[in-house]
Amino acid sequence: MTSHGHVAISCIGVRKQFVLRHTRSLKEALVWLVKGRKGDLSKKFQALNHVSLEVKQGETVALLGLNGSGKSTLLKLISGVLQPDGGTVRTRGRVAGLIEVGAGFHHDLSGRDNVYLNGAILGMSEKQIDEMFDSIVEFSEIGEFIDTEVKFYSSGMYLRLAFSIAVHTDPEVFLIDEILAVGDEPFQRKCIAKIKELAEKGKTLFVVSHDLDLVATVCERGVLLEHGEIVMDGDVHEVVGELRRRSATV
Amino acid sequence: MAGQSDQLVKPGIGRGLLDVYGDRFLLKLLVRKEIKIRYRGSVLGLMWSYVKPLMQFLIYFIALGIFLNLERGTPNYAIYLFSGIVLVNFFTESLSNATRSIVDNRDLIRKIYLPRELFPVATVWVSAAHFLPQLLVLIGACLFVGWTPSILQIAAAILIFVMVAVLGTGLGLMFGAVNVYFRDSENIVDMIVMVVTWASPVLYVWTMVERVMGEWFWVYMLNPMTVAVEVFHWTFWEPTLKANQPVSDTMPPDLLNFWLPVSMIISVAILFIGQLMFRRLSVHFAQEL
Ligand SMILES: Nc1ncnc2c1ncn2[C@@H]1O[C@H](COP(=O)(O)OP(=O)(O)O)[C@@H](O)[C@H]1O
Ligand SMILES: [Mg+2]
Repeated sequence: MTSHGHVAISCIGVRKQFVLRHTRSLKEALVWLVKGRKGDLSKKFQALNHVSLEVKQGETVALLGLNGSGKSTLLKLISGVLQPDGGTVRTRGRVAGLIEVGAGFHHDLSGRDNVYLNGAILGMSEKQIDEMFDSIVEFSEIGEFIDTEVKFYSSGMYLRLAFSIAVHTDPEVFLIDEILAVGDEPFQRKCIAKIKELAEKGKTLFVVSHDLDLVATVCERGVLLEHGEIVMDGDVHEVVGELRRRSATV
Repeated sequence: MAGQSDQLVKPGIGRGLLDVYGDRFLLKLLVRKEIKIRYRGSVLGLMWSYVKPLMQFLIYFIALGIFLNLERGTPNYAIYLFSGIVLVNFFTESLSNATRSIVDNRDLIRKIYLPRELFPVATVWVSAAHFLPQLLVLIGACLFVGWTPSILQIAAAILIFVMVAVLGTGLGLMFGAVNVYFRDSENIVDMIVMVVTWASPVLYVWTMVERVMGEWFWVYMLNPMTVAVEVFHWTFWEPTLKANQPVSDTMPPDLLNFWLPVSMIISVAILFIGQLMFRRLSVHFAQEL
């Protein structure tokens, strides 16, 4: 076990609800107001309920749970994309969300332009990208295609470049959502090796993945979410076992 | 940023436009991307930003200048017209693109936290990149007919450029944020854009308005774009007039010493309100988009 330092992620009593709005038009909203607010314009849905969680620097945590249990929502709260409706979320150091690789990619730009744009979106400075550029291209195995427009890439090439940029951003906390299965077998192994390397370097990892065996090899600690509440928090093997038991009975 | 790395902070809470200033590199890349993408696969590329306003200019010049004979009472009507058109285009392009910018970038906003003000601000810079070539055409035309501006007039034009950018950013922040919740915002802005060309003295001269509005003329002057266009006329059109082309009232009274400061205050106030509204509404952008 590595020794852990300060708190990297702290969630205290976090609540998040979504409003399932039925309308996007001013007309319907006005009609609703005029008619004396009869009926409901919106339905509320509790996605996270009193989630409290503390992750220390250097910890590797797997966030587990069935579909719709709120895993992505929690990651988005930690990355700052969403704001909680109750409780507090706090983080230490730069947090990079690999919530979806290639989110900032633009199809009509070359690979090179996309490396700069995506790197900057993920918080890198111009100097950092200049320094990392060759390493990013090498890891992605894109080679001479780097100056080709991204729309001509195969989906594998696209994901490899996006993943490569993301792992080169060098934040203190990595949030990883369902992206470990990137590209073909050999590249997947390379990605996983890279993530393990990050863990060994003392980076904090917070991983969501459907591949339970994989997650158990990368992470030490498991957190199980069910209907937006933490139902278990402990050694990753035990939590994976519990999740398997629960999904078997469903 | 590095200085704060040893403290626990709440993620996703920015300082608005100040963060945009801190993220100039990303802003530059976003502006460059917009320009590249806007003209992808087009032969003329950025040349289109000359063609469109020239076309607009020709239509107005023929319809209003020649058919309705505005050219008779307004010497150098072509310069008069074009200097207003380029400025109003800068404003309308800034505003309508800024309004769409948040919804257009929804894929990014839903997945990665960035200072969201970046998107409207970037569109205003893109509009500025389209405005500058048009300005060069205007200056060329002015020089051709003998333009002798004073330093003060040049300085006033630069000030007006900044003011219109501030106004466009402010309104763009407001309507861009509201557009996330009510897509009607785009239609309202389309209407504003249509009205602005006619609600400021671009095609006609201000004395025609004063004749109709009388003591209510100050209402017309409250529109910052009216003042902006008049100052542009003062900088680009008035110095091209010869001694034998006298125009009695080239400028509305108190333009520089009263209305210019007033419209600057209005523009800054709109930017301020726009930023406040944007901050309130941007908290839920990611889940509403
Ligand atoms: N922007 C949103 N608006 C409304 N409902 C949402 C939104 N995002 C997520 N949800 C709902 O919240 C619940 C949890 O979603 P999510 O966190 O994506 O689950 P997971 O990643 O564990 O599969 C789901 O029921 C989903 O439909
Ligand atoms: Mg998910």
